[in-house]
Amino acid sequence: MYFSALNLTGGYGGVDIIHSCSFEVNKGEIVSILGPNGAGKSTAMKAMLGMLKKSTGEVQINGNDISKLSTQNRVKLGISFVPQTKNVFTEMTVEENLEMGGFLRDQTYIQTIEEIYELFPILYEKRNQLVGELSGGQRQQVAIGRALMIKPSVLMLDEPTAGVSPIVMDELFEHIIKIKEKNVAILMVEQNARQALNVSDRGYVLVMGENKYSGSGTDLLNDKEVRRSFLGG
Amino acid sequence: MDFLNAIVLLANYIFIPALNYGSQLALGAIGVTLIYSVLRFANFAYGDLMAFGTMVVILVTWKLQSVGIHLGPLPTALIALPIGVMAAILISLLLDKTIFEYYRIKKSPPVTLIVVSLGVMFVLNGIVRIIIGTADRKFFDGQKFIMKANEFKEITGLSEGLALKSTQLLSLVVTIICAVLLFWFLGKTKTGKSMRAYSDNEDLALLSGIDPNRIVMITWVIAATLATIAGTLYGLDKSFKPFTYFNNLLPIFAAAIVGGIGNPLGAFFGGFVVAFAEIGITYAYKKFFIYVLPQGLEPTSLMQLLSIDYKFAVSFSILIIVLIFRPNGIFKGKII
Amino acid sequence: MRQNKDVIMAFSVMGLLIISVGLFQSWGVALSILNLCLISAVMTMGVNISWGYAGIINFGVMGFIALGGLAAVVVSEEPIYEAWSAGGLGILISIGLIVLLVLITKYILRALPKSKKRNIILTVVIIFFIILIKKVSGPSIEAIESVNPAKQGFLGGLGLPIIFSWFVGGIFAGLVAFVIGKIALGLRSDYLAIATLLISGIIVTVVKHEDWLSRGVKNVIGMKRPAPYEIDLQKADWFINMISNLNSKKLDLITDISEKNILLRDLVISASGVFVKLCFAGLFSIVVVVLLILAQKALYSPWGRMMRAIRDNEEAAQAMGKNVVKQHLFIFIIGSAIVGFGGAMLVTYDGLFTPVSYQPLRYTFLIWIMVLVGGSGNNYGSILGGFLVWFIWIEAAPVAMFFINMFTNHLEDTHELKKHLINGVPYIRYTMMGIGLLVLMRYRPKGLLPEKIKLQNS
Repeated sequence: MYFSALNLTGGYGGVDIIHSCSFEVNKGEIVSILGPNGAGKSTAMKAMLGMLKKSTGEVQINGNDISKLSTQNRVKLGISFVPQTKNVFTEMTVEENLEMGGFLRDQTYIQTIEEIYELFPILYEKRNQLVGELSGGQRQQVAIGRALMIKPSVLMLDEPTAGVSPIVMDELFEHIIKIKEKNVAILMVEQNARQALNVSDRGYVLVMGENKYSGSGTDLLNDKEVRRSFLGG
Repeated sequence: MDFLNAIVLLANYIFIPALNYGSQLALGAIGVTLIYSVLRFANFAYGDLMAFGTMVVILVTWKLQSVGIHLGPLPTALIALPIGVMAAILISLLLDKTIFEYYRIKKSPPVTLIVVSLGVMFVLNGIVRIIIGTADRKFFDGQKFIMKANEFKEITGLSEGLALKSTQLLSLVVTIICAVLLFWFLGKTKTGKSMRAYSDNEDLALLSGIDPNRIVMITWVIAATLATIAGTLYGLDKSFKPFTYFNNLLPIFAAAIVGGIGNPLGAFFGGFVVAFAEIGITYAYKKFFIYVLPQGLEPTSLMQLLSIDYKFAVSFSILIIVLIFRPNGIFKGKII
Repeated sequence: MRQNKDVIMAFSVMGLLIISVGLFQSWGVALSILNLCLISAVMTMGVNISWGYAGIINFGVMGFIALGGLAAVVVSEEPIYEAWSAGGLGILISIGLIVLLVLITKYILRALPKSKKRNIILTVVIIFFIILIKKVSGPSIEAIESVNPAKQGFLGGLGLPIIFSWFVGGIFAGLVAFVIGKIALGLRSDYLAIATLLISGIIVTVVKHEDWLSRGVKNVIGMKRPAPYEIDLQKADWFINMISNLNSKKLDLITDISEKNILLRDLVISASGVFVKLCFAGLFSIVVVVLLILAQKALYSPWGRMMRAIRDNEEAAQAMGKNVVKQHLFIFIIGSAIVGFGGAMLVTYDGLFTPVSYQPLRYTFLIWIMVLVGGSGNNYGSILGGFLVWFIWIEAAPVAMFFINMFTNHLEDTHELKKHLINGVPYIRYTMMGIGLLVLMRYRPKGLLPEKIKLQNS
């Protein structure tokens, strides 16, 4: 597996929120992390990024152990993260947001911006507008676009469709599929379990901070237990 | 009705002094607002940083003057300015490394940082006074007047004179140049944009690979530079007295907050708003009304809204009104 | 209890320091320091009450001290009837107009909805009123200020004993604090700090320039006092006798009558100074002790617990139904009133009212350092902070001078470095104070006597 996390345990300083969680994702795959509120999904993602105050476990990318690296250094290795909130620079324009995403790049970043505009055409239209003035769905596109600027090999999304309308959610998932087609490994924490599983290759279900179920997207969708607990039967 | 004279009167007693004072405030306000937006605290030591930088400029100027170096019609201090700027930068970086950084990493509450900046203020205050003393220092040299009031009257034949001191023109020109350079830097360069990004959303900036240490250093460099330039312009125009520089800090805070704290463009305009308000509200308009009103309606009293003693009170009042009714400032700023 | 031991030790050290000043410099100096320490302790306790109990940053200290000083003038100076008849009426009318303006402003703000129109109306009304007030007050002010401008030039006061002014100072400060609090207490902490700092600047500006009220920069001197004047003591027989009895051994050693009289006169003069300062010290100590008792009682009362609950978790307290806004305002007023009280004490002690001396560095910030050094939220800490910081502030110069002289002993008096250092001595205390504050904030941010609240069950 291209990217894997083993036995992640930790939290924000007090009690541990996640216990021995493991995940893996390959390039060109969409893997969802699901579960009820408070299950520790976002915490698990932050653990993989090295953003937790207190955590143990192993994280590997392309065979290299990155468990001891800082978040910034993990970013430099090609792991990009779209937080759930405050994921854009609201006082800057769309294009400036993308430029900041490409901060670590050399001059070739201009090429990448064009690619992002191809992926998200509406962003090209609004490229000189302040992101704070955009709608929720458009902001999410900017957020994802910013994260794609480093041409990551692993893209982590924390609830990308939180708070958007169903139509926008479908659009966002379509965009995410296009990103997957560019051979990016995508790890996605989601609340909208059914829709997420529809587009995912595989999924993990966390309950009370532990891996409970895992399998392919379709398997989980059809699993009686999973359906009863999260998908409304 | 004598409009020409009225206009010249206003230009001489309100417009020019306000532009002058406004430019001195504007630079300081931009420095304060940058520190607030990037380093996230109100730096009460900024006035004394201005005094420190200006002090070095003065000392070097004296040295230059004593060996006979001059700059013709321009003040010699301009040659000394870069050295003063460097000194201010060095001391700011030192203070940040040894003092402020600790609290920034700890994410201390704003109160703590204010108190710490007070401590730095005391230290700098004492150092400046010990090194240069507390006497009034004038270090201006070069041509004082570009246009004298009498000359103007002769040339135009008007009864109102217009005087333009070289320091007034200098303040305005230097301020505009600095502002243009700064806004170009913030708006068009990668580093400048990264500063804006860091101020906008620190976590996301870090996630984008922006180096926080570099941002902090650049912020101090810019703030110290602006402080020294502002302090020097003020000192050239009026005089240097360490005591007054803290008092100047308050209108500077006013300007920064009026313009929207954290908004450098707002701070720039805020400086002029405060200056015009201070001077405009405390000016005695009697002569103006004499020129403008038809004969017979001339006022007998001074027609002064508030006495000159209340100049500072005006900017303070504006600030308080802004803080209470529009804490985001007249332009949009941010409350971090 | 550990806290008691710390407190006792801290105060013993302070006592020793003051005594050593008495021994090495003079008792007059030591008592001066003691008296100002006591006054500072009062002011510090005032600030500590709003900061330590409620977490409110009051940078307006300087203004409240000035108001206290103003009270001292307005209460104790004899009324100047000529000035009153010349312009008193005009002043009263102007004050009435100001009150009217405030009421109309409040009405407009409440009655009309937020809009550009309302702002324009408000601005026009305010400007109109300012012009009107100026027209009414202008001639009155001129009239008052021209009555014997060299010695008077103001309205004078009520002619009451100056000790009443201490309470009036508290009332003045409390009233102004009410207004400030209503306007500014909703602001976030650093904005509140700046706002209170600026408002205090406005207050001092007004006091400095309204000569008809306070003589402004002309100052008021020779004020009344609740203790005897040195000159009177020096002439009083009972005093001279007392001093001569106390020093009988020394005096008996001298046989020559005129020499003995000279020595006696010198002793009486210096003793008169000490005696006066002792009287003040006694008065001030009573104030400090009473204040301490009241403050401690309040701290440990249910009200005090509620204040701390609000301070530590405002949202929770609000959810429990506590009117946070009202409580904050109340504490802000009380704290500021105490500071005003102290301001009146200060002017009483100095016997002068010099508005120009009200500077933020010396008053607002120095007192804040006292609060922080002593220990936020701890009343004993405030007293200790007041003592310690003032002591360092005063003694820094002589001590620095001592060391400079020691190190530059070998240099000529005209040597550049030596001259420069000696000229810099008065400012060393600023740097020292700054370094002290920075060290404190880094290593002991809670102060020397941190707040130690007894837990419920321990």
